[in-house]
Amino acid sequence: MIRLEDLTKTFATPNGLVVAADKVNMEVPTGEICILLGPSGCGKTTALKMINRLIAPTSGRILINGEDTSKLNDIELRRNIGYVIQQIGLFPNMTIEENICVVPKLVGWDMKKAKSRAAELLDLVGLDPRHFLRRYPKELSGGQQQRVGVIRALAADPPVMLMDEPFGAIDPINREIIQDEFLKMQAALKKTIMFVSHDIDEAVKMGDKIAIFRAGKIEQYDSPDRILAHPANAFVADFVGADRTLKRLRLVTAEEVARADAASAARSASVADVRQSLASSGERIAVVIDGDHHPVGFVTADELQGASGRIGDFAHPLPASVPVRADLRAVVSEMFAHDTMWLACTDDNGRYAGVVTQPAVTAALRATYGGANAGAA
Amino acid sequence: MRHAIAQSIGLGRAAMLAVGLLAGLWVANSGLLDQIMVYWDDIAFLSRQHMVLVAASGGAAILVGVPVGIWLSRPSAERYAETVMQVFNIGTTIPTLAVIALSMTILGIGFPPAFFGLFVASLLPIVRNTYAGLLAVPSHLKEAATGMGMTPIQILWQVELPNALYVIFSGIRTALAINVGTTPLAFLIGGGGLGELIFTGIDLMDTGMLLAGAVPTAMLAVLVDFLMGQAQLRLIPKGVNPLR
Repeated sequence: MIRLEDLTKTFATPNGLVVAADKVNMEVPTGEICILLGPSGCGKTTALKMINRLIAPTSGRILINGEDTSKLNDIELRRNIGYVIQQIGLFPNMTIEENICVVPKLVGWDMKKAKSRAAELLDLVGLDPRHFLRRYPKELSGGQQQRVGVIRALAADPPVMLMDEPFGAIDPINREIIQDEFLKMQAALKKTIMFVSHDIDEAVKMGDKIAIFRAGKIEQYDSPDRILAHPANAFVADFVGADRTLKRLRLVTAEEVARADAASAARSASVADVRQSLASSGERIAVVIDGDHHPVGFVTADELQGASGRIGDFAHPLPASVPVRADLRAVVSEMFAHDTMWLACTDDNGRYAGVVTQPAVTAALRATYGGANAGAA
Repeated sequence: MRHAIAQSIGLGRAAMLAVGLLAGLWVANSGLLDQIMVYWDDIAFLSRQHMVLVAASGGAAILVGVPVGIWLSRPSAERYAETVMQVFNIGTTIPTLAVIALSMTILGIGFPPAFFGLFVASLLPIVRNTYAGLLAVPSHLKEAATGMGMTPIQILWQVELPNALYVIFSGIRTALAINVGTTPLAFLIGGGGLGELIFTGIDLMDTGMLLAGAVPTAMLAVLVDFLMGQAQLRLIPKGVNPLR
């Protein structure tokens, strides 16, 4: 857990006192990612760097897991906090292995343990240790370097990590991939992370909580969904953008809105049986699945009227299907692309897992609005 | 690109060897070699003296210059650094002959003033390159190192010096080149060395004697530069060595 209490930083400049952080109060629960978001010069980086004291606070307290960090000396404090910066900062004179082992060595790990840790971490981000341990940073691509930058910060297994626009210098395609990898790692490692970003999409994707900064003050500190659905003021609304409702689509997966009990029928089922079950449940469409439970087509109730035989003979091909793990933005995009009101979902093995409909998507978006409005009223 | 460089270096070497061979043939045929070899005992004795001067003054310049450069690059010395560097810069505009003459007026004649003059002349490139090399280490490397919990000394040894090493080495190489080239002047203030043969040879219009001093001086300069080049190639870590 990281807690900031009345954290303040003022700089004396020739033009007078500049307040970079103004009584910042916030708490990041253990195992969560908190994104510090805002335009440049808003104090988000200052707030972050005060935690590992690269910038000395003017006043206020910082507590990590309940302990006041002012009691620790700078060196001790920093060795227990992972730190990742936008420029990565891998040391060009050291091999990848030496780079990863820097902090373990500083805190006095056995070299053997440090080396096996380096190999293990490289494996974790999909870089083959046999190829990469002995290489120098300049021999790696930008994306590979950034992965090494992240695992270097994780090397000594610090409970807390600070990340200063860690994926800011990577091209958009690789950024998405590295973000996904990082989220997967975080799901297993459960670090407490403060993460500076100026990209609202990144914040929504990565954050359990988002703190929006302006002029050294926190304008709003909330979950991504609440920031998008209920911006606290005009500045926040403006900052998250006019398309904030669409951005919320990323926060929900197909699984959450899919109807797993939507009608389905085996190819070999008889038309009469399916017609009857559709009539009794009041549904108009049934997804046709094959012997392996993969969705292969659909039939409509109307077409089954008065027909007989096997369902397989009446099936239309499916326009498209989406994995249940996809977010609603991908789902809606598929719906628009195929001009359809519904899509079949598949699980990790490609097996039928339910149906997502456009009304279900809009209902999911409305739920937060409705709930909160009721709360406010 | 690297291949092309390697190829051109190879060509350069071949050309140098050819020139050296031709010059050797000419010297041997013209009888100059015999004239030079007359002075063999002098060459051996003076070369030793010469090398001691180079090694002592160059070594002292490295031992003093690198720490001074490091000190000037520390944030605590930021206030004086530019002033000190200006003083050093003015120092280089003084011709080395003048430096040697000045050091004679203070220290008299013999080894000490020669040593001191050469030491001063070689100091600047070392201090300047150490200072500039350390300042040129990207600030994000220092930030990363600080953020990881390295102490300032650890940052200096593990991050700053290795990354500035190439520039520092270039400074030392330049300094030694200046040093070897200036050492013959030491004779003028009684410091000995191969300058004795060169200047006496000039005064007596004795080509053999002149060459007996000049050829070993030239060879020594080439040898020192070659050794420094090899050291630069092999001692600097691969990740920060543009030669590798």
